[in-house]
Amino acid sequence: MKKFLVILLLAVLGYYIADTYFDIGFGQPHFVKSAAPVKDIYLAKTQNPLKVSNAVTSIVVNFRGFDTLGEVTVLFLAVTVLGSVLYKKRHQVGERSVLFNSSSIVTSGSKLLFPAIILLGAYVFIHGHLSPGGGFQGGVIIATGFLLMLLAYENYSVSHTALSIVESLAGITFAGVGLLGFMHGGTFLQNFLPSGVMNNLFSGGVIPIIYIAVGFKVGAELTGVIYTVLHEKGENNG
Amino acid sequence: MIYFILISVLLLLMIAASVYSIVQKDLLYAVMATGIISLILSILYYLLQAPDVALTEAAIGVALTTIIFVITIRNTVRMEDESDKKEKFKSAVK
Repeated sequence: MKKFLVILLLAVLGYYIADTYFDIGFGQPHFVKSAAPVKDIYLAKTQNPLKVSNAVTSIVVNFRGFDTLGEVTVLFLAVTVLGSVLYKKRHQVGERSVLFNSSSIVTSGSKLLFPAIILLGAYVFIHGHLSPGGGFQGGVIIATGFLLMLLAYENYSVSHTALSIVESLAGITFAGVGLLGFMHGGTFLQNFLPSGVMNNLFSGGVIPIIYIAVGFKVGAELTGVIYTVLHEKGENNG
Repeated sequence: MIYFILISVLLLLMIAASVYSIVQKDLLYAVMATGIISLILSILYYLLQAPDVALTEAAIGVALTTIIFVITIRNTVRMEDESDKKEKFKSAVK
């Protein structure tokens, strides 16, 4: 009975995958059966209804927003698995494998640089729809700032609870904005806010909101990864 | 023309850094060489008018990956040693 069910499930899955596959139409000039090439539609819609100056952002967050949600989920899963593999009890955390003892020049210099790096990261993801960059890049830059502090100061610590709260809130914001699209009579991740004026900070509808959420999420996740890995003691020095 | 020369020099530097990172027995230097590869790659992305990808490559390839490799080297072994590798393999098989 179980085997029969598995075969039935596989057959249904296979049917739909094959159906989609034969529908694509490889080798045709438009690649997908539609009136105009996809890239032309994307570039035209980026300029006119969306009013976003960075076409990459409009594709990543708006047209391919669901893919971005999947990417964020993959990153979340990877971080969760890493955390569960390198799990330690909360109270045992504290000794850290020090790469090298930092001098006072390094400590004061990194204290000076840390706010600037965080500001740069925030700028990159807030201005994701205007200038190159976006949530992922800004989040990684913020994580690099925390990495600098963690390397320079032996007893600098990041609260794991705060990290997970930030991460979860950002993820909820992303999914919630996507679901709000339904309520405005559209599809998932539909752009329901007014587009505004092109090249303004408040333009592009939901794109800045989603990218800010992605920035916070990626920053928190990668900071958590670095923190976990730094506290992992090897056999050689432990 | 100047773009062609610049891009060729950068590509040659990339190839040199990758060969160095394969040949080098000291893994710390090898990791630094891979970081240099990422750095040159991000410059190339910028020259080829893909600043978004250049930012990603610079942040992830140069900073994060290198540091994670350095931490890993710190926690494991630094020198790549053939006999050591064989021993490790034997102990892992047991």
